[in-house]
Amino acid sequence: MEYAITAQNLSISFREKQILKDITLNIQPGEIFGLLGPSGAGKTTLIKLLTGQLRQDSGFARLLGTDTRKLCAREHRQIGIMMDTLGLYERLSAYDNLSFYADIYHVPRRKITDILKDIGLYEARNTAVSKLSKGMKNRLSLARALINDAKILFLDEPTSGLDPVTVKEIHAILAKQQKQGSALFLTTHNMFEAESLCDHIALLNEGHIIEYGKPSEICQKYNHLNRFQITLKNGEVVSLKNSRDSVSQINAYLEQEQIETIHSTEPTLETVFVELTGRGLN
Amino acid sequence: MRNIAAIFKKQIKDTFKNKTVLIQFIMFPILTLVMNNAVQIDGMPENFFVNLFASMYIGMAPLTSIAAIISEEKETNTLRVLMMSNVKPYEYLSGIGSYIFFACILGASIICISGNYTLHSSLVFMVIMAIGIFISLLLGAAIGTLSKTQMMATSLTVPVMMILSFLPMLSMFNTTIAKIARFTYSEQISLMIDHINSLQLEPGDICIIVANLLLFAALFIVAYKKCGYEST
Repeated sequence: MEYAITAQNLSISFREKQILKDITLNIQPGEIFGLLGPSGAGKTTLIKLLTGQLRQDSGFARLLGTDTRKLCAREHRQIGIMMDTLGLYERLSAYDNLSFYADIYHVPRRKITDILKDIGLYEARNTAVSKLSKGMKNRLSLARALINDAKILFLDEPTSGLDPVTVKEIHAILAKQQKQGSALFLTTHNMFEAESLCDHIALLNEGHIIEYGKPSEICQKYNHLNRFQITLKNGEVVSLKNSRDSVSQINAYLEQEQIETIHSTEPTLETVFVELTGRGLN
Repeated sequence: MRNIAAIFKKQIKDTFKNKTVLIQFIMFPILTLVMNNAVQIDGMPENFFVNLFASMYIGMAPLTSIAAIISEEKETNTLRVLMMSNVKPYEYLSGIGSYIFFACILGASIICISGNYTLHSSLVFMVIMAIGIFISLLLGAAIGTLSKTQMMATSLTVPVMMILSFLPMLSMFNTTIAKIARFTYSEQISLMIDHINSLQLEPGDICIIVANLLLFAALFIVAYKKCGYEST
Protein backbone atom coordinates (compact mmCIF):
# COMPACT_ATOMS: atom_id res chain seq x y z
CA MET A 1 0.00 0.00 0.00
CA GLU A 2 1.26 3.47 -0.85
CA TYR A 3 1.54 5.66 2.19
CA ALA A 4 0.11 9.17 2.07
CA ILE A 5 3.14 10.41 3.99
CA THR A 6 6.39 8.64 4.59
CA ALA A 7 9.61 9.85 6.16
CA GLN A 8 12.89 8.03 6.70
CA ASN A 9 15.64 9.32 8.97
CA LEU A 10 14.69 12.92 8.36
CA SER A 11 17.12 15.35 9.98
CA ILE A 12 17.59 19.09 9.87
CA SER A 13 19.63 21.60 11.82
CA PHE A 14 19.79 25.38 11.91
CA ARG A 15 23.02 27.15 12.80
CA GLU A 16 24.53 23.92 14.12
CA LYS A 17 21.52 23.29 16.37
CA GLN A 18 19.88 19.95 15.65
CA ILE A 19 16.14 20.63 15.24
CA LEU A 20 15.00 17.20 14.04
CA LYS A 21 16.99 13.98 14.17
CA ASP A 22 16.22 10.71 12.36
CA ILE A 23 12.47 11.16 12.09
CA THR A 24 10.85 8.06 10.62
CA LEU A 25 7.10 7.68 10.18
CA ASN A 26 4.49 6.30 7.81
CA ILE A 27 0.93 7.54 7.54
CA GLN A 28 -1.75 5.78 5.54
CA PRO A 29 -4.70 7.31 3.72
CA GLY A 30 -7.64 7.62 6.11
CA GLU A 31 -5.37 7.73 9.15
CA ILE A 32 -5.18 10.47 11.76
CA PHE A 33 -1.64 10.85 12.98
CA GLY A 34 -0.86 13.01 15.98
CA LEU A 35 2.51 14.52 16.72
CA LEU A 36 2.73 15.38 20.40
CA GLY A 37 5.42 17.46 21.92
CA PRO A 38 6.02 20.59 23.96
CA SER A 39 6.60 23.98 22.33
CA GLY A 40 9.94 24.05 20.55
CA ALA A 41 10.10 20.28 20.10
CA GLY A 42 10.20 20.65 16.29
CA LYS A 43 6.57 19.94 15.38
CA THR A 44 6.09 22.90 13.03
CA THR A 45 9.52 22.31 11.49
CA LEU A 46 8.49 18.75 10.65
CA ILE A 47 5.33 20.04 8.91
CA LYS A 48 7.46 22.49 6.96
CA LEU A 49 9.79 19.68 5.90
CA LEU A 50 6.96 17.40 4.88
CA THR A 51 5.27 20.13 2.87
CA GLY A 52 8.44 21.16 1.09
CA GLN A 53 8.75 24.55 2.79
CA LEU A 54 12.11 23.48 4.21
CA ARG A 55 14.71 21.05 2.93
CA GLN A 56 16.16 18.39 5.14
CA ASP A 57 19.89 17.92 5.70
CA SER A 58 19.57 14.16 5.40
CA GLY A 59 16.99 11.40 5.02
CA PHE A 60 13.98 11.59 2.73
CA ALA A 61 10.27 12.21 2.84
CA ARG A 62 7.53 11.48 0.34
CA LEU A 63 4.05 12.90 -0.01
CA LEU A 64 1.70 10.79 -2.12
CA GLY A 65 4.79 9.09 -3.46
CA THR A 66 6.59 12.27 -4.47
CA ASP A 67 9.84 13.46 -2.90
CA THR A 68 8.94 16.49 -0.75
CA ARG A 69 11.83 18.40 -2.33
CA LYS A 70 10.16 18.03 -5.71
CA LEU A 71 6.55 18.84 -4.90
CA CYS A 72 4.79 20.53 -7.79
CA ALA A 73 1.34 21.84 -8.61
CA ARG A 74 -0.26 18.39 -8.72
CA GLU A 75 0.79 17.54 -5.16
CA HIS A 76 0.08 21.02 -3.81
CA ARG A 77 -3.48 20.76 -5.04
CA GLN A 78 -3.90 17.64 -2.90
CA ILE A 79 -2.60 19.16 0.32
CA GLY A 80 -4.52 21.29 2.80
CA ILE A 81 -2.67 23.16 5.51
CA MET A 82 -3.86 24.89 8.64
CA MET A 83 -0.90 26.49 10.35
CA ASP A 84 -0.74 27.78 13.92
CA THR A 85 -0.72 31.31 12.52
CA LEU A 86 -4.01 31.36 10.68
CA GLY A 87 -3.01 33.42 7.64
CA LEU A 88 -6.45 34.86 6.96
CA TYR A 89 -7.23 38.16 5.25
CA GLU A 90 -8.61 40.11 8.19
CA ARG A 91 -10.40 42.83 6.21
CA LEU A 92 -12.14 40.39 3.88
CA SER A 93 -15.27 38.48 4.84
CA ALA A 94 -15.26 34.77 5.62
CA TYR A 95 -16.86 34.14 2.22
CA ASP A 96 -14.32 36.27 0.35
CA ASN A 97 -11.43 34.50 2.06
CA LEU A 98 -12.73 31.15 0.86
CA SER A 99 -13.71 32.51 -2.53
CA PHE A 100 -10.11 33.65 -3.09
CA TYR A 101 -8.78 30.16 -2.41
CA ALA A 102 -11.61 28.63 -4.43
CA ASP A 103 -10.32 30.65 -7.40
CA ILE A 104 -6.78 29.43 -6.78
CA TYR A 105 -7.82 25.78 -6.49
CA HIS A 106 -10.38 26.04 -9.31
CA VAL A 107 -13.17 25.03 -6.97
CA PRO A 108 -16.82 25.84 -7.86
CA ARG A 109 -18.59 28.53 -5.80
CA ARG A 110 -21.23 26.19 -4.40
CA LYS A 111 -18.47 24.36 -2.54
CA ILE A 112 -17.84 27.52 -0.48
CA THR A 113 -21.44 27.59 0.71
CA ASP A 114 -21.33 23.88 1.54
CA ILE A 115 -18.16 24.23 3.58
CA LEU A 116 -19.40 27.33 5.40
CA LYS A 117 -22.52 25.39 6.39
CA ASP A 118 -20.44 22.37 7.44
CA ILE A 119 -18.24 24.40 9.75
CA GLY A 120 -21.10 26.50 11.11
CA LEU A 121 -19.99 29.82 9.66
CA TYR A 122 -22.70 30.30 7.05
CA GLU A 123 -24.53 32.91 9.13
CA ALA A 124 -21.27 34.85 9.54
CA ARG A 125 -20.23 34.50 5.88
CA ASN A 126 -20.34 38.24 5.20
CA THR A 127 -18.60 39.24 8.43
CA ALA A 128 -15.05 40.55 8.18
CA VAL A 129 -12.54 38.09 9.61
CA SER A 130 -11.29 40.75 12.03
CA LYS A 131 -14.72 40.69 13.69
CA LEU A 132 -14.87 36.91 14.13
CA SER A 133 -14.03 35.21 17.44
CA LYS A 134 -10.86 33.12 17.77
CA GLY A 135 -12.86 29.91 17.48
CA MET A 136 -14.60 31.12 14.33
CA LYS A 137 -11.27 32.15 12.81
CA ASN A 138 -9.86 28.69 13.55
CA ARG A 139 -12.85 27.09 11.88
CA LEU A 140 -12.47 29.38 8.88
CA SER A 141 -8.79 28.50 8.63
CA LEU A 142 -9.79 24.84 8.72
CA ALA A 143 -12.42 25.49 6.04
CA ARG A 144 -9.73 26.96 3.82
CA ALA A 145 -7.62 23.84 4.31
CA LEU A 146 -10.64 21.70 3.36
CA ILE A 147 -11.72 23.65 0.30
CA ASN A 148 -9.70 21.63 -2.20
CA ASP A 149 -10.78 18.20 -0.91
CA ALA A 150 -7.19 17.51 0.08
CA LYS A 151 -5.90 13.97 0.30
CA ILE A 152 -3.53 15.07 3.05
CA LEU A 153 -4.34 17.62 5.74
CA PHE A 154 -1.63 19.19 7.88
CA LEU A 155 -3.09 20.80 10.96
CA ASP A 156 -0.76 22.66 13.29
CA GLU A 157 -2.38 22.95 16.73
CA PRO A 158 -5.89 23.12 15.24
CA THR A 159 -7.67 23.47 18.58
CA SER A 160 -5.13 25.44 20.56
CA GLY A 161 -6.79 27.95 22.89
CA LEU A 162 -10.34 27.06 21.87
CA ASP A 163 -13.35 26.40 24.07
CA PRO A 164 -14.49 22.76 24.49
CA VAL A 165 -17.58 23.19 22.29
CA THR A 166 -15.53 24.49 19.35
CA VAL A 167 -12.94 21.76 19.91
CA LYS A 168 -15.70 19.15 19.69
CA GLU A 169 -17.01 20.68 16.48
CA ILE A 170 -13.55 20.68 14.93
CA HIS A 171 -12.98 17.07 15.97
CA ALA A 172 -16.23 16.11 14.26
CA ILE A 173 -15.10 17.81 11.04
CA LEU A 174 -11.74 16.03 11.20
CA ALA A 175 -13.42 12.67 11.78
CA LYS A 176 -15.57 13.30 8.71
CA GLN A 177 -12.47 14.01 6.64
CA GLN A 178 -10.92 10.80 7.89
CA LYS A 179 -13.99 8.83 6.81
CA GLN A 180 -13.64 10.33 3.36
CA GLY A 181 -10.14 8.85 3.15
CA SER A 182 -7.94 11.87 3.86
CA ALA A 183 -4.75 11.38 5.82
CA LEU A 184 -4.55 13.84 8.69
CA PHE A 185 -1.28 14.94 10.23
CA LEU A 186 -1.92 17.03 13.30
CA THR A 187 0.36 18.50 15.88
CA THR A 188 -0.87 19.09 19.37
CA HIS A 189 0.23 19.29 22.95
CA ASN A 190 -3.21 18.27 24.10
CA MET A 191 -3.06 14.62 25.21
CA PHE A 192 -6.85 14.25 25.35
CA GLU A 193 -7.11 15.34 21.74
CA ALA A 194 -4.46 12.85 20.73
CA GLU A 195 -6.03 10.00 22.68
CA SER A 196 -9.54 10.59 21.41
CA LEU A 197 -8.78 11.44 17.80
CA CYS A 198 -5.57 9.82 16.60
CA ASP A 199 -4.98 6.34 15.20
CA HIS A 200 -1.27 6.66 15.80
CA ILE A 201 0.81 9.18 17.65
CA ALA A 202 4.46 10.05 18.00
CA LEU A 203 5.93 11.75 21.04
CA LEU A 204 8.48 14.31 19.92
CA ASN A 205 11.05 15.70 22.29
CA GLU A 206 13.99 17.92 21.34
CA GLY A 207 13.78 16.78 17.74
CA HIS A 208 13.62 13.04 18.46
CA ILE A 209 10.65 10.71 18.28
CA ILE A 210 10.82 9.04 21.65
CA GLU A 211 7.71 6.87 21.29
CA TYR A 212 5.44 5.86 18.42
CA GLY A 213 2.28 3.78 18.21
CA LYS A 214 -1.41 3.64 19.01
CA PRO A 215 -2.30 5.84 22.02
CA SER A 216 -3.87 2.96 23.95
CA GLU A 217 -0.90 0.67 23.29
CA ILE A 218 1.59 3.31 24.40
CA CYS A 219 -0.34 3.87 27.63
CA GLN A 220 -0.54 0.12 28.18
CA LYS A 221 3.17 -0.29 27.56
CA TYR A 222 4.01 2.11 30.37
CA ASN A 223 1.42 0.76 32.78
CA HIS A 224 4.04 -0.25 35.35
CA LEU A 225 1.90 0.29 38.45
CA ASN A 226 -1.17 -1.65 37.34
CA ARG A 227 -3.07 -0.82 40.53
CA PHE A 228 -6.44 0.49 41.69
CA GLN A 229 -6.57 3.64 43.71
CA ILE A 230 -9.60 3.71 46.01
CA THR A 231 -10.73 6.71 48.01
CA LEU A 232 -12.93 5.69 50.91
CA LYS A 233 -15.78 7.71 52.34
CA ASN A 234 -13.71 8.42 55.47
CA GLY A 235 -11.08 10.10 53.25
CA GLU A 236 -8.56 7.29 53.41
CA VAL A 237 -6.82 6.47 50.09
CA VAL A 238 -6.07 2.81 49.47
CA SER A 239 -3.89 1.45 46.66
CA LEU A 240 -4.52 -2.15 45.62
CA LYS A 241 -2.78 -4.28 43.02
CA ASN A 242 -4.82 -5.07 39.90
CA SER A 243 -4.86 -8.82 40.55
CA ARG A 244 -6.91 -11.72 41.95
CA ASP A 245 -5.37 -11.01 45.41
CA SER A 246 -7.30 -7.73 45.68
CA VAL A 247 -10.76 -9.14 44.92
CA SER A 248 -11.73 -9.91 48.53
CA GLN A 249 -10.58 -6.51 49.77
CA ILE A 250 -12.50 -4.64 47.06
CA ASN A 251 -15.57 -6.79 47.67
CA ALA A 252 -15.41 -5.93 51.34
CA TYR A 253 -15.29 -2.20 50.58
CA LEU A 254 -18.24 -2.60 48.20
CA GLU A 255 -20.33 -4.58 50.70
CA GLN A 256 -19.67 -2.01 53.42
CA GLU A 257 -20.48 0.80 50.93
CA GLN A 258 -17.22 2.48 51.88
CA ILE A 259 -16.04 3.46 48.39
CA GLU A 260 -16.20 7.11 47.39
CA THR A 261 -14.16 6.77 44.16
CA ILE A 262 -12.20 4.02 42.44
CA HIS A 263 -9.66 4.49 39.65
CA SER A 264 -7.27 2.31 37.72
CA THR A 265 -3.78 3.79 37.44
CA GLU A 266 -2.97 3.28 33.76
CA PRO A 267 -0.80 6.16 32.55
CA THR A 268 -1.94 8.93 30.24
CA LEU A 269 0.15 10.17 27.32
CA GLU A 270 1.12 13.07 29.56
CA THR A 271 2.51 10.78 32.25
CA VAL A 272 4.26 8.64 29.64
CA PHE A 273 5.88 11.77 28.24
CA VAL A 274 6.93 12.87 31.72
CA GLU A 275 8.35 9.42 32.41
CA LEU A 276 10.37 9.48 29.18
CA THR A 277 11.61 13.06 29.28
CA GLY A 278 11.25 14.30 32.82
CA ARG A 279 9.06 17.20 31.69
CA GLY A 280 5.44 17.85 30.71
CA LEU A 281 3.84 18.44 27.33
CA ASN A 282 2.68 22.00 28.12
CA MET B 1 -2.67 33.34 -15.22
CA ARG B 2 -5.66 32.20 -13.15
CA ASN B 3 -3.73 32.73 -9.90
CA ILE B 4 -2.69 36.22 -11.02
CA ALA B 5 -6.32 37.06 -11.78
CA ALA B 6 -7.41 35.68 -8.38
CA ILE B 7 -4.84 37.82 -6.57
CA PHE B 8 -5.83 40.86 -8.64
CA LYS B 9 -9.50 40.33 -7.74
CA LYS B 10 -8.73 39.75 -4.07
CA GLN B 11 -6.69 42.94 -3.98
CA ILE B 12 -9.54 45.00 -5.43
CA LYS B 13 -11.84 43.77 -2.66
CA ASP B 14 -9.21 44.39 -0.03
CA THR B 15 -8.36 47.92 -1.15
CA PHE B 16 -11.90 49.16 -0.61
CA LYS B 17 -11.54 48.08 3.02
CA ASN B 18 -7.95 49.24 3.42
CA LYS B 19 -8.14 52.99 3.87
CA THR B 20 -4.38 53.57 4.06
CA VAL B 21 -3.81 52.08 0.62
CA LEU B 22 -7.01 53.56 -0.84
CA ILE B 23 -5.96 57.06 0.24
CA GLN B 24 -2.61 56.61 -1.48
CA PHE B 25 -4.37 55.92 -4.78
CA ILE B 26 -6.89 58.75 -4.69
CA MET B 27 -5.30 61.53 -2.64
CA PHE B 28 -3.10 63.13 -5.30
CA PRO B 29 -5.52 62.76 -8.23
CA ILE B 30 -8.24 64.48 -6.18
CA LEU B 31 -5.82 67.11 -4.89
CA THR B 32 -4.76 67.82 -8.48
CA LEU B 33 -8.35 68.15 -9.66
CA VAL B 34 -9.24 70.51 -6.83
CA MET B 35 -6.07 72.61 -6.72
CA ASN B 36 -5.68 72.95 -10.49
CA ASN B 37 -9.21 74.28 -10.79
CA ALA B 38 -9.45 76.24 -7.55
CA VAL B 39 -6.08 77.98 -7.25
CA GLN B 40 -5.07 80.55 -9.85
CA ILE B 41 -2.16 82.84 -8.97
CA ASP B 42 -0.66 85.43 -11.30
CA GLY B 43 2.68 84.25 -12.67
CA MET B 44 2.06 80.63 -11.69
CA PRO B 45 3.36 78.25 -14.38
CA GLU B 46 0.73 76.49 -16.45
CA ASN B 47 -0.40 73.18 -14.92
CA PHE B 48 1.77 73.87 -11.88
CA PHE B 49 -0.22 71.50 -9.64
CA VAL B 50 -0.43 68.81 -12.29
CA ASN B 51 3.36 68.77 -12.63
CA LEU B 52 3.89 68.94 -8.88
CA PHE B 53 1.43 66.25 -7.86
CA ALA B 54 2.20 63.91 -10.76
CA SER B 55 5.80 63.43 -9.61
CA MET B 56 4.67 63.22 -5.97
CA TYR B 57 2.11 60.59 -6.95
CA ILE B 58 4.80 58.52 -8.64
CA GLY B 59 7.10 58.80 -5.63
CA MET B 60 4.42 57.87 -3.12
CA ALA B 61 1.45 55.78 -4.25
CA PRO B 62 3.05 52.75 -5.95
CA LEU B 63 6.01 52.68 -3.59
CA THR B 64 4.10 52.78 -0.32
CA SER B 65 1.19 50.60 -1.39
CA ILE B 66 3.23 47.68 -2.73
CA ALA B 67 5.62 47.79 0.23
CA ALA B 68 2.64 47.88 2.63
CA ILE B 69 0.80 45.03 0.91
CA ILE B 70 3.80 42.68 0.68
CA SER B 71 5.00 43.36 4.23
CA GLU B 72 1.48 42.92 5.62
CA GLU B 73 1.13 39.57 3.86
CA LYS B 74 4.45 38.50 5.33
CA GLU B 75 3.56 39.68 8.81
CA THR B 76 0.14 38.01 8.86
CA ASN B 77 1.44 34.82 7.20
CA THR B 78 -1.06 35.02 4.36
CA LEU B 79 1.89 35.02 1.97
CA ARG B 80 3.17 31.76 3.44
CA VAL B 81 -0.26 30.18 3.01
CA LEU B 82 -0.37 31.42 -0.58
CA MET B 83 3.01 29.90 -1.35
CA MET B 84 1.75 26.63 0.15
CA SER B 85 -1.30 26.83 -2.08
CA ASN B 86 0.80 26.50 -5.17
CA VAL B 87 0.95 30.22 -5.93
CA LYS B 88 4.36 30.96 -7.39
CA PRO B 89 6.24 34.05 -6.23
CA TYR B 90 6.15 35.52 -9.74
CA GLU B 91 2.37 35.00 -9.85
CA TYR B 92 1.96 36.75 -6.53
CA LEU B 93 4.15 39.68 -7.59
CA SER B 94 2.42 39.91 -10.95
CA GLY B 95 -1.01 39.91 -9.29
CA ILE B 96 -0.15 42.56 -6.71
CA GLY B 97 2.05 44.57 -9.08
CA SER B 98 -0.43 44.63 -11.95
CA TYR B 99 -3.22 45.65 -9.61
CA ILE B 100 -1.26 48.58 -8.16
CA PHE B 101 -0.04 49.54 -11.62
CA PHE B 102 -3.62 49.55 -12.89
CA ALA B 103 -4.89 51.55 -9.89
CA CYS B 104 -2.08 54.10 -10.25
CA ILE B 105 -2.65 54.42 -13.98
CA LEU B 106 -6.28 55.22 -13.21
CA GLY B 107 -5.08 57.89 -10.76
CA ALA B 108 -2.59 59.19 -13.32
CA SER B 109 -5.33 59.49 -15.92
CA ILE B 110 -7.32 61.72 -13.56
CA ILE B 111 -4.24 63.89 -13.10
CA CYS B 112 -3.83 63.89 -16.87
CA ILE B 113 -7.43 65.02 -17.40
CA SER B 114 -6.83 67.87 -14.96
CA GLY B 115 -3.98 69.05 -17.19
CA ASN B 116 -6.22 69.62 -20.25
CA TYR B 117 -3.47 68.28 -22.49
CA THR B 118 -3.77 67.60 -26.19
CA LEU B 119 -4.29 63.98 -27.16
CA HIS B 120 -0.61 63.58 -28.08
CA SER B 121 0.60 65.17 -24.84
CA SER B 122 -1.87 63.06 -22.87
CA LEU B 123 -0.43 59.89 -24.38
CA VAL B 124 3.12 61.03 -23.66
CA PHE B 125 2.07 61.98 -20.12
CA MET B 126 0.60 58.53 -19.51
CA VAL B 127 3.68 56.76 -20.90
CA ILE B 128 5.94 58.86 -18.65
CA MET B 129 3.72 58.13 -15.66
CA ALA B 130 3.67 54.41 -16.48
CA ILE B 131 7.48 54.31 -16.51
CA GLY B 132 7.65 56.17 -13.20
CA ILE B 133 5.02 53.92 -11.59
CA PHE B 134 6.88 50.82 -12.76
CA ILE B 135 10.20 51.99 -11.29
CA SER B 136 8.49 52.89 -8.00
CA LEU B 137 6.89 49.46 -7.94
CA LEU B 138 10.30 47.82 -8.20
CA LEU B 139 11.66 49.88 -5.33
CA GLY B 140 8.54 49.34 -3.20
CA ALA B 141 8.59 45.59 -3.88
CA ALA B 142 12.23 45.48 -2.77
CA ILE B 143 11.36 47.26 0.48
CA GLY B 144 8.31 45.08 1.09
CA THR B 145 10.32 41.92 0.44
CA LEU B 146 13.07 43.00 2.82
CA SER B 147 10.62 43.87 5.59
CA LYS B 148 9.26 41.27 7.96
CA THR B 149 6.57 43.58 9.32
CA GLN B 150 4.52 46.54 8.16
CA MET B 151 6.21 48.67 10.80
CA MET B 152 9.60 47.89 9.34
CA ALA B 153 8.33 48.58 5.82
CA THR B 154 6.92 51.94 6.88
CA SER B 155 10.15 52.97 8.56
CA LEU B 156 12.02 52.20 5.33
CA THR B 157 9.39 53.56 2.94
CA VAL B 158 8.82 56.96 4.53
CA PRO B 159 12.32 58.42 4.09
CA VAL B 160 12.64 57.00 0.56
CA MET B 161 9.20 58.30 -0.35
CA MET B 162 9.97 61.75 1.11
CA ILE B 163 13.16 62.00 -0.93
CA LEU B 164 11.60 60.84 -4.17
CA SER B 165 8.42 62.88 -3.81
CA PHE B 166 9.75 66.13 -2.49
CA LEU B 167 13.02 66.43 -4.41
CA PRO B 168 11.26 67.60 -7.60
CA MET B 169 9.44 70.31 -5.64
CA LEU B 170 12.52 71.40 -3.67
CA SER B 171 14.62 71.54 -6.81
CA MET B 172 12.26 74.22 -8.14
CA PHE B 173 13.55 76.53 -5.42
CA ASN B 174 17.15 75.45 -4.97
CA THR B 175 19.64 74.92 -7.80
CA THR B 176 22.03 72.85 -5.64
CA ILE B 177 19.25 70.42 -4.79
CA ALA B 178 18.27 70.41 -8.46
CA LYS B 179 21.79 69.30 -9.44
CA ILE B 180 21.54 66.30 -7.10
CA ALA B 181 17.88 65.60 -7.73
CA ARG B 182 18.41 65.18 -11.46
CA PHE B 183 19.89 61.76 -10.77
CA THR B 184 16.57 60.48 -9.46
CA TYR B 185 13.87 59.16 -11.77
CA SER B 186 11.16 61.20 -10.04
CA GLU B 187 12.99 64.44 -10.87
CA GLN B 188 13.54 63.31 -14.45
CA ILE B 189 9.86 62.51 -14.79
CA SER B 190 8.93 65.84 -13.24
CA LEU B 191 11.16 67.63 -15.79
CA MET B 192 9.62 65.67 -18.66
CA ILE B 193 6.09 66.55 -17.54
CA ASP B 194 7.15 70.19 -17.21
CA HIS B 195 8.04 70.21 -20.90
CA ILE B 196 5.43 67.75 -22.08
CA ASN B 197 4.19 69.94 -24.96
CA SER B 198 7.70 70.32 -26.38
CA LEU B 199 9.44 67.25 -25.03
CA GLN B 200 13.03 66.73 -26.21
CA LEU B 201 14.56 63.59 -24.77
CA GLU B 202 18.25 63.91 -23.94
CA PRO B 203 20.31 60.68 -23.96
CA GLY B 204 21.72 61.56 -20.55
CA ASP B 205 18.25 61.89 -19.03
CA ILE B 206 17.16 58.58 -20.51
CA CYS B 207 20.30 56.96 -19.12
CA ILE B 208 19.43 58.26 -15.64
CA ILE B 209 15.95 56.75 -15.82
CA VAL B 210 17.29 53.43 -17.14
CA ALA B 211 20.01 53.44 -14.46
CA ASN B 212 17.35 54.01 -11.77
CA LEU B 213 15.28 51.17 -13.19
CA LEU B 214 18.24 48.78 -13.28
CA LEU B 215 19.37 49.80 -9.81
CA PHE B 216 15.99 49.12 -8.24
CA ALA B 217 15.53 45.91 -10.22
CA ALA B 218 18.90 44.75 -8.87
CA LEU B 219 17.85 45.83 -5.37
CA PHE B 220 14.68 43.80 -5.69
CA ILE B 221 16.62 40.74 -6.84
CA VAL B 222 18.99 41.05 -3.89
CA ALA B 223 16.05 41.49 -1.49
CA TYR B 224 14.26 38.49 -2.96
CA LYS B 225 17.35 36.29 -2.82
CA LYS B 226 17.93 37.33 0.78
CA CYS B 227 14.37 37.06 2.11
CA GLY B 228 12.32 35.27 -0.55
CA TYR B 229 8.67 34.37 -0.15
CA GLU B 230 8.71 30.59 0.14
CA SER B 231 10.21 30.44 3.62
CA THR B 232 8.46 33.48 5.13
